[in-house]
Order: sequence, then C-alpha cells, then structure tokens
Amino acid sequence: MKTELSMVGRRAPKIDAVKLVTGRATFTDDVEMRGLLHAKVLKSPHAHARILSIDTSRASEIPGVHAVITHRDVPRNPYTSAGQSWPEPSPYDMYVLDRKVRFHGDAVAAVAAETPEIAEAALEAIGVEYEELPAVTDFRQSMGAGAPIIHDEPESYGIYDASRNIAAHIDVEAGDVEKGFRLADVIVENEFDVQYQQHTCLEPHVTIAFLDEDRRLVLRTSTQIPYHCRRMVAFALGIPVRNVHVLKPRVGGGFGNKQEVVTEPIAAVLAMKTGRPVKLEYTRTDEFTIARNRHPQHITLKTGVRRDGSIVANALSVLTNTGPYGTHALTVTGNTGTKPLPLYRAANMKFYADIVYTNLPIAAAFRGYGAPQGFFAMEVHMDEVAEALGIEPLEFRRMNHIRVGDTDLMSAAAGEGAGKKPRVIHSCGLPECIERGAEAIGWYQKRGRPGDGPIKRGVGMCILMQGSGVAGDELAGAALKMNEDASFNLMVGSADIGTGSDTSLAQIAAEVLGVPLENILIKSGDTDDISFDYGAYASSTAYITGMCVLKASEDARQQIVAAAARMMDEDPEGLLVHDEKVTSLSGKSVTLQEVALECLYGESKTVIIGKGSHATKESPPPFVAMFAEVEVDTETGQVRPVEIVTAVDVGRAINPDICEGQVEGAVAQGLGYALTEEILVDADGRVLNPTFMDYKIFCAADMPTLTTILVEAEEPTGPFGAKSVAEIAINGPAPAISNAIYDAVGVRLHSLPMTPEKVLAALDCRGER
Amino acid sequence: MKIAVTVNGTREEWDVAPAETLLDALRDHGYRGAKRVCESGECGACAVIVDGLAIDACIRLAVQSDGSQITTVEGLETADGLHPVQEAFTANGAIQCGFCIPGMVVTAANYLEMNPQPTEDDIRHVFIGNLCRCTGYKKPVEAVLASVSEEVGRRED
Repeated sequence: MKTELSMVGRRAPKIDAVKLVTGRATFTDDVEMRGLLHAKVLKSPHAHARILSIDTSRASEIPGVHAVITHRDVPRNPYTSAGQSWPEPSPYDMYVLDRKVRFHGDAVAAVAAETPEIAEAALEAIGVEYEELPAVTDFRQSMGAGAPIIHDEPESYGIYDASRNIAAHIDVEAGDVEKGFRLADVIVENEFDVQYQQHTCLEPHVTIAFLDEDRRLVLRTSTQIPYHCRRMVAFALGIPVRNVHVLKPRVGGGFGNKQEVVTEPIAAVLAMKTGRPVKLEYTRTDEFTIARNRHPQHITLKTGVRRDGSIVANALSVLTNTGPYGTHALTVTGNTGTKPLPLYRAANMKFYADIVYTNLPIAAAFRGYGAPQGFFAMEVHMDEVAEALGIEPLEFRRMNHIRVGDTDLMSAAAGEGAGKKPRVIHSCGLPECIERGAEAIGWYQKRGRPGDGPIKRGVGMCILMQGSGVAGDELAGAALKMNEDASFNLMVGSADIGTGSDTSLAQIAAEVLGVPLENILIKSGDTDDISFDYGAYASSTAYITGMCVLKASEDARQQIVAAAARMMDEDPEGLLVHDEKVTSLSGKSVTLQEVALECLYGESKTVIIGKGSHATKESPPPFVAMFAEVEVDTETGQVRPVEIVTAVDVGRAINPDICEGQVEGAVAQGLGYALTEEILVDADGRVLNPTFMDYKIFCAADMPTLTTILVEAEEPTGPFGAKSVAEIAINGPAPAISNAIYDAVGVRLHSLPMTPEKVLAALDCRGER
Repeated sequence: MKIAVTVNGTREEWDVAPAETLLDALRDHGYRGAKRVCESGECGACAVIVDGLAIDACIRLAVQSDGSQITTVEGLETADGLHPVQEAFTANGAIQCGFCIPGMVVTAANYLEMNPQPTEDDIRHVFIGNLCRCTGYKKPVEAVLASVSEEVGRRED
C-alpha cells in the first residue's frame, strides 16, 4: 500500500452536495407515488389508561377512508423500537398498537385515507372508552411503594423489575471503592440534574410503505438503521425477513431519533391491509411530543483523592427516566458511567444506576448516548475536586487522564460492551488537544479575570472521550464492482443521514483503487443490496464500515493487480495501482480501463467484485479538550457563549471539512443542551412547548465563535488511522460553560439548562446581588 | 380555485384548494426542493422567493400567490451552472443532511441581491429564520461570505 495519501485527508466536496444544494436530492417524501394514502394516528388524551372499547364503525364508513386499525388488527408481538443488534439489549415492552396507553400521545388507532383531511376526520369519528389510571409523572416516584405499575402486561419481557417500574439496572465495580474512600485525604460529592432534550431533526420521521409486484413489503423510510429496521419490522409483524425491503433515501438528520423503528410498523400494517402505498409522516408537534428525547437523569458523583492529586475512588450513580418504554434504557445509561469514569485513572470505580419507567415522553438514543449527561456531571465535578485540592483544573486533568496502554475497565463492566474484553487504549492525542486548545482560547491570559461591571467574563474547560462503534458488537459488509470505465459501484449498508459517510467511504475506496472520487458510485442503505450494516449509530461508520470498505477495495485491488500482471506478463508482486493505472517496476503500465475491458470482454472473462466484512472487539476513543469563554450578565442571569474551542483527536481526518462539520454541529446542539433546550411537561405529563417558538435551539445569530482543531493521533486499528468524530463534541459545551460561569461569577451550576433564572438564583444564594 | 403563477420563469396554471399552502402547492407541482419542517414559519426550510422577497411558503396560502413570480431553489441554477451561493455551499463543506439547505440558499441568494457586500454579522442575522441542526451555522455563513469574494472554489487542498 502507498504511504502517500491522495484521496484520504482531502477536503473533497461531499459527493451528494450538488443534488442537495439544488433541491434535486430525494428524501423519503420527495417522490410521486400513484394512489398514495395518508395515514394518521389517534393519540391518547391520557398519560395512563386502559382502553375499554374502541368503535371504528363510523370512521370506516367515511368516504375516502381505506383502513382503520386498532390493537385488534395487529399481531401482539412484544418488541422494542431500539435499533440495536439482535437480540436487542432493551426490554421488549412495546406493541404496534396496544390495549393500554402509557403517555400523552401514545398510539390508540390509525387510519389510512385518500387525503390527510379525510384521515383527520376519521380520527375524530373513532369512539374510545378509557379507564383512566393513576400516572407517574415524576421519575423520583417511579420506584416508590404504591406507584402505579406501567408495564403490568404479562407478554412483555426483558424488564428488570416491572413491579417496581425499573426497566434496567446497573451495579458494577472495578476494585473496591469503599477501601478507596478510606485511603482518601479529601472526598468530594455532588449532585446533578439533566433534562429532556429533543433532537429536532429537520426532516421528521416519515415512512412510505407499499407492496411491490412480488407482494413484498417495501419501506421507503427515514432511518439510521436500514438492516435493523428490516429485521425488527419483520419480527414485530410476524412476517419473514425476506418479505421486507428497506430503502433509505436521503435522510434529513437523525441524531439517534431515527435509530428507532417509529413510523414503520403502522405504515406497514396499513399498506398490507389496503394494498395501496401509505405515507405516515410526523408533524413537528409529533416530533416534540411522541418521537424520542434525551433521557433526563439525576446523577450523584463521589470522588476520593489524595493530597498529591491522585484519584483513589470514583463512584457515579444515576437515576434515569426512560419514559413509558425502555428503548435504549440499559445502554444509554450504561454510557453515562462507562464513558466518563474511565477517562480518569483510578484503581477503584463504581457505577450504579436505575432506569425507571414514567408516564412521560419517550427517551431513547440521542447523539452522545448517555455521555452528555455523564460528562456534564463528571467534568463540573472534577473542576470542584481540583479546586478542593488547590490544583489548577487543567493541570489536574493532565495529571489524571487515561493514557496509551491503559485498560478501560468500565468498558467491559456495563452497557453494550458488558462481558466483553476490556478495551486497551492504543492512541491518545489528549495532551496535544489540551495544549493547543488552551493556547487557542488564551487560557492562562483569561482565567480568573472576570472584569468590572455587571457583565463578567470567564473561561472553563473539560476533557472528553467517546467510542468508535460498540466494542465487540458491530458488523459491516460491503462490496464493489468494477465497470468498463474503471468506475466502481460501491454498495454499503451504512446510512448516510447527513454525516457525509457516503463521501468518506468513497474517499477510502478511491484511495485504495487509485481512482478519482467521481469513479466511486456509492449506494447506501438498500437492504436488497450485497451489503450489511448495523447502521449509523455509536460513531461507528468511519471506523467500522470504513475498514470494511477498505477491505473490499483491497480485495478488488488485488484482483486488478492479478489481471494486470497477466496482461503485462509481470509478477503481481511490486505492481502499483495509482492514477487510474497499474505500473510495474520495469516501467510497463496498463490503464485501469484496459484492465476492466480485458476482464469483462477479453480472455479472462472475470467480473472484478471486491468484498469485505468487518467486525472488531476494539472501540478506540476519540478525545476532546473543549474550552468555553462566556459572558455572564449578573443583573439578568443571561449567559452568552463568546467562543468555543474544540481540539479533537480523530485519529485521522479522512475528510477535514466533514470532521469539522460534525464537531461544529455537535457543539451547536450541545450549546442548546447547556443553555436553552428543555422539553417542559405539566403535572399531567403533557408537553407544554412543542414548537420551535417555545423550544429554543441555537440559531445563527446565537452562535459563539467556533474554533475547531483537528488532532491526528493515528489509531492502529482504524482505516488509515481513523477513529470517530460524530458524537464526542456534544458532551462538552454544558460542563465547559458551567465551569466558565464559575470562573466568571463564582457560582456552580449543577442543573441543565443553565437558564437566566437558575444563574440568578445561584447568585442570590451567594448574596452576589 | 384556479391561480396563475410564474415559477422559475415558467407560467403555470394551478387548481388549488382554498386552504392549501403555497408550500403544498409547490410540492404537488414537482417543486420539492422546499421542505416541510415546522409548518408555522419558524424554520425557513420552505423558503422561496415571491415577487422578489424570500418568504416561508408554509405560512402563505397558494391563492395569495395568484399572479406572482416565484423562484424556488430549483430555479437558482442556470444554464451557466450553479448560483454562486450554491457553488460556495458545495465547495466550503457547508452541507450536511441538506434538508435546511434549499431554504438557506434561497434566503442568502435573495439577500445578496439587496446587500451584495454583507458582513459576517449581516449573514448571521439573515439566517435567524433558517434553523439548521447539523452544521452549527459556521460553514454556511462562511460559504455566503465566500460566494461574494474571490474565494469560491478555492478549497481543493
């Protein structure tokens, strides 16, 4: 293999950029479907109720209504909507339609009609008799004696303790924390609270389901997980996997909300019942009320340290609200402990968690996947630990962070990596990230200088790690085929949901095959292809699918070399593939086009098909040092982020523009989590702010200056040294800003979002005003 | 109800329902670059230029546009190629999922006609009505700045 890289490392424009910027790209709803029916779902007006009866007769008689379905019309197969590898580590506690509703907006019935208006009219004509049940709308009460049991149905399984509303439970220890605390000179304990956050993918959940000419179910759907979706829908509906064909068109953002089977099952049932194409599309209100969210948590951290700054014991415990269903319950909270804890070297660590049901909106996967909650707590807490010891916070992190050669004990203790081999750190660019980030923000010049006047300035920082795929639980298959003009059809099962993975993967193939990027024709996310993939989640695509594409391309390259050797009468050893040709040391050469034509039509009659399959036990962490500068208005409590510097170790930036874009987008989403975003729910469990007007995400004018520094500590197990980049930066803004607020005004914020009200209350408590 | 509109230079006659939005009418007639996201004028993903001004097509009735000149994202590209804003978005890595991008590009192209030499701050404020959840706005804002400088297409390192 060449050492000089020509395609990898380039800021190549995204291969889908032109069609996206001209409006030609087709997302799920951008096609013409003759005879398309519109589906609508009847939603529960109660947080918790049993359905005593449903009368659909009037609705069915409305002209233009083609189907009305209730729990009587769907198979009662328990499933989870969590798109994870089989068997999913989430409880099987959902039904396509159920006899019970468990939160405001839970599905009661569905209709398919000629127009959306007729479908709406049909919903109004459905008569439902409910028996209202007491509801749990405070997750601190879920496990309490006398709390109503949310999953009392006998068919559900995989629930840790349904009788106490506990969806999942974690209790792991590495070493002996009690012994560790006895060795400590100082023990610091803190509590933190984090809120519901909504992904707000611009494209809502949408599925068009139809039967093809072979009566196979086709799901054209906005998903991160085409292959999991195929299997999960088949299992939930009790039909063979072979009868389901999932097509992922362009996807308008996912962020974890589409690592779920959400609109697919009902659309599928309606299409099978009517024999017509059916579209089920969520409205923006639906996205805010019945889609998925980031889990709210209450987190307690207790850390024992010696005077010399070493950590002897670190214990984290979590109470998590998963809402009415346990989708991703165990694994998201698993990450809340298993990502932040190992970042700090300590002989003794403990991680304890209960993940409980409530009659509130559904929480599930969301970029960062539990780590944003954990890092907010850990990184504010570690600032306080450093302060208790009188050690400068940046220096304290330098002393204690994980290093190359260290074993991450927590990775094998809990979550999706549980029971697997602990991960060993092979690459770590954190020292360089800290160094360059501190330099860029002006850490030593700005720290401890709040200034005069009512508006104070402060700087704060944090360090972070994530993973690159789920350790030991990832698989990708890809294939590519050589055409006459030395172009290649590359088929991958991964889902480019806007991440740029189609481009990064094509760059890897082009690099290996010695062709320009336009020679790679990539098709992703079609389950009828020669490909397979767990999907776009856990920051896995560049690392896992990237290595798979590298293997498939290498396989094709070897076949090309063999054919060229025959054509040139040369030894295959020593032949080089580059610049669309194969050359020998003796100076002979053939073009790739000549090779392709010879293979397809000449003597050899061989189709060059490279294939690859890749799985690994590794999940190398990318690292970040993030620095925030803020202004705090002591009169209004308003916090204005001025600059965010993110220095990120990505191993190798396959496409620096894409890497920076992932970081900048994650920071923007993390800023909302830190300062403005929160799904508000009333005492009955109803969402109060289901619009962009009332749920504030950052807009262009709100953004601070973003500085992104790419650090490349090459990862030996990754394609061209690459690790992941997609999620990690979202973990940083909340702790970095909380720490910067402390530098500015001397108060610690332990609750998100850090609204003006909370800042003022904290200042009042300190008698600052 | 029958209305006549000129879309991207072509005169069309549409039969629309009284309550139909301009966004639905456009999408029904094949102009699907404008996206349905919030349906309440909050996010700008459905922005189109009507009689010289970028508006959110989701909060305008189709019948209000009778007789109007409409430019959609599909109309920005000419026989000579991409609009400079489209060119800059492509070259500067400003596109991720791309669902908000047609609205951003239309808004920027329309704004540049009124202010051909904007500052970074100007563009940030013009984009207040264009929500994006992928990019953090940095590269889109830089792309608009690049589109009015000589830097378009510079990024091929």
